[in-house]
Amino acid sequence: MINKKIFFKGYKSILAHDSPAIALGCCFIAIGALLKNLGFNIQESIFSTMLTYALPGSLVMAESLLVGASLLNIFLAVWFVNARLYPMAVSLFPLMMHKNQPKWKYYFSCHFIAVSAWLIMKSNYKSIPKEQRIDYWIGIGSATWSVAVLGTFLGFYFSEFLNKEIMMGLAILNPIYFLCMMVGASKTIQITLSVLLGAILGPIFYFFSPEWSILLGGVVGGTAAYLIGEINVS
Amino acid sequence: MSVSVVYAILVTSLATFLSRFLGAVSSQGIKETSKIFKWFNCLAYATLAALIARTIIFPVGVLNEAGYLLRLIVVILSLAVFFVSKRNYVYPTIFSAVCMALLASYFN
Repeated sequence: MINKKIFFKGYKSILAHDSPAIALGCCFIAIGALLKNLGFNIQESIFSTMLTYALPGSLVMAESLLVGASLLNIFLAVWFVNARLYPMAVSLFPLMMHKNQPKWKYYFSCHFIAVSAWLIMKSNYKSIPKEQRIDYWIGIGSATWSVAVLGTFLGFYFSEFLNKEIMMGLAILNPIYFLCMMVGASKTIQITLSVLLGAILGPIFYFFSPEWSILLGGVVGGTAAYLIGEINVS
Repeated sequence: MSVSVVYAILVTSLATFLSRFLGAVSSQGIKETSKIFKWFNCLAYATLAALIARTIIFPVGVLNEAGYLLRLIVVILSLAVFFVSKRNYVYPTIFSAVCMALLASYFN
């Protein structure tokens, strides 16, 4: 089954001094408050965070509900905005694959793929033996997932104390945290260029197609960065 | 609201899980030293950067009410805190929230 020692080592990683727990928790406090304002009850709010566990997707769902979109519209909009999780999964799972580990662990733990957990794993995986990385990943995922659920709960009940300015502060917190982590992760030419080109091309493509801008920015920017990096190495 | 909240949550989670699951399934057999892995790594970082840039420049929800200039000031100051604090992730994050709340209540 799961190696408890490694699992808790992963779980405790959110207690590190540069942990995303505070940023993540605050963002889900904002989501909890938003869902309450939309008319969700506490069970629906918690259920939403537990099952979706992806901030942009929850925001898109909330917006779509607000404008009265159909279920098909919600599905497509969320799928587009969360399609970034696909390359994130492909660039993470090969680091954790080991023949001694059962497949169900990989299929089950793919639910934990989200920016915070992904970035923690990417910066820590080298210190964990490959066979045990999946248990470490399940620990990180469980921890960030618990923080998200707790944040939603707190946001739901404290929403009446949060004014518009505080909500704005909570909303900027997550992109700033991710921005700093991306700058911190930019240690090779390929990653640095990927971050720069993605950040420039994403907003440019927004003018042509808001729905496709993130994916197009990612694919064009990431491919260009990869090719430039390869040419540079050879 | 035109559709049931529970159905909306289920559809949202299904649409989200689809990308995660397909990623986990199709990554089998890909070696971490292969070119395709490196390419997907670049795609993932570029997509995240595009998402962050779009969230800050074209925000959805309450952040949309804070002007461009306000958001730009908060981003620049937070990055400055990040470098001054020797690349600590927590200080600039907390700073950004406090700075945005204070500036928004002053200017709006």
